[in-house]
Amino acid sequence: MEDLIIIGAASAGLTAGLYAARSRLKTVLLEKLSPGGQIITTDIVENYPGFPEGISGFELIDRMRRQAERFGLEMRIEEARELRLSGEEKVVITNNGKLDAKAIILACGATPRKIGIEGEELLTGRGVSYCATCDGPFFRDQEVAIIGGGDTAVEEALFLTKFVSKVHLVHRRDELRATRLLRERALSSGKINIIWDTVPTRIKGNNGVEGIDLKNVKTGKGSFLPVEGVFVFIGYSPSNELVKGQLKLDEQGFIVTNDNMETSVTGVFAAGDIRSKLLRQVSTAVGDGATAAFAAERYIEGLESGKR
Amino acid sequence: MGDLLHVTDGNFDDEIMKSDIPAMVDFWAEWCGPCKMVGPVVEELAQEYQGKIKIAKMDVDKNRETPVKFGIRNIPTLILFKGGEVVKMIVGAQTKSYLDGELKKML
Repeated sequence: MEDLIIIGAASAGLTAGLYAARSRLKTVLLEKLSPGGQIITTDIVENYPGFPEGISGFELIDRMRRQAERFGLEMRIEEARELRLSGEEKVVITNNGKLDAKAIILACGATPRKIGIEGEELLTGRGVSYCATCDGPFFRDQEVAIIGGGDTAVEEALFLTKFVSKVHLVHRRDELRATRLLRERALSSGKINIIWDTVPTRIKGNNGVEGIDLKNVKTGKGSFLPVEGVFVFIGYSPSNELVKGQLKLDEQGFIVTNDNMETSVTGVFAAGDIRSKLLRQVSTAVGDGATAAFAAERYIEGLESGKR
Repeated sequence: MGDLLHVTDGNFDDEIMKSDIPAMVDFWAEWCGPCKMVGPVVEELAQEYQGKIKIAKMDVDKNRETPVKFGIRNIPTLILFKGGEVVKMIVGAQTKSYLDGELKKML
């Protein structure tokens, strides 16, 4: 039996793994694909301290992986398919077998939220995208729309201006939520046109995106915006499939924890984007990961002293 | 694992469309983080299916014609071919077990 199983190898999980390895906990980190997470789609991370010139999301994660492995963290590319959390022994069924541990840290992260309008699903891969760094270069000298108004939406809009002729930022409010520095950059960029108080109602096209139907939320007036790409950045959906019905979740499905990253089930901790919290950033994910590993270590020690 | 086949606009027809065994091509680019997550999986699969399915990568930054021909606007995209026909397009990063399942169907 392991001391600790961590699920998900991104900022939160790798930090938990680093701390657990240094605490000499017998730990396995499970990752279904390869180390990454949301940050891997970020071109340059400018707000993670210690990198004054910025660092690519991929490079940052790769460094975190190397750092954790240097202290002996065992990472396995295995997909957790089922969790049994209620007993004292936590069980994880993977595509490769069965693992058990005294404690578990869920760092499964989140995925970009979909708008849920007609045409979105059909045209994903044909002009609808959730990753500007992946797909931006396919839209050289074309016009694209971005849906959203938060940090990610504005950051990606600025990134896309390197390739496209024009970015139409469609935002449902009359003010951007993005941090002030990003707002300033967006407003002074000659290539970003902000369409305020507006939501998309349909993405049109057959073999590729041809445009989007828009609706002004204040006037109710509809319009059509011809674009060849639609990039969606309206927040995140928690990757909570494994824990639904087993742990307390908030209204949006994120795992509820206390300050020590403890979930509603003892011995089960959550860290990073999957957790219900105010701000989802690398800088907050690593803090969650460290706290979760420390709290898990204390919990495991408690189990052992109880048995003596 | 460095022997993975890298196809180009120049040899795509000969290597993939005219291949006598099924093929899978991973369309990727250096700039794309999720592509780098899929890369190691594709290399492993290439070893495991050696001689049965031809598995190759194409850098879409250096090869602009082929991606346009298949309407690729998102990467990573993996395309499965059999007898010169597209069998399936897989958009986005997927797990090894999922890809393995799709490849098995082509045998």
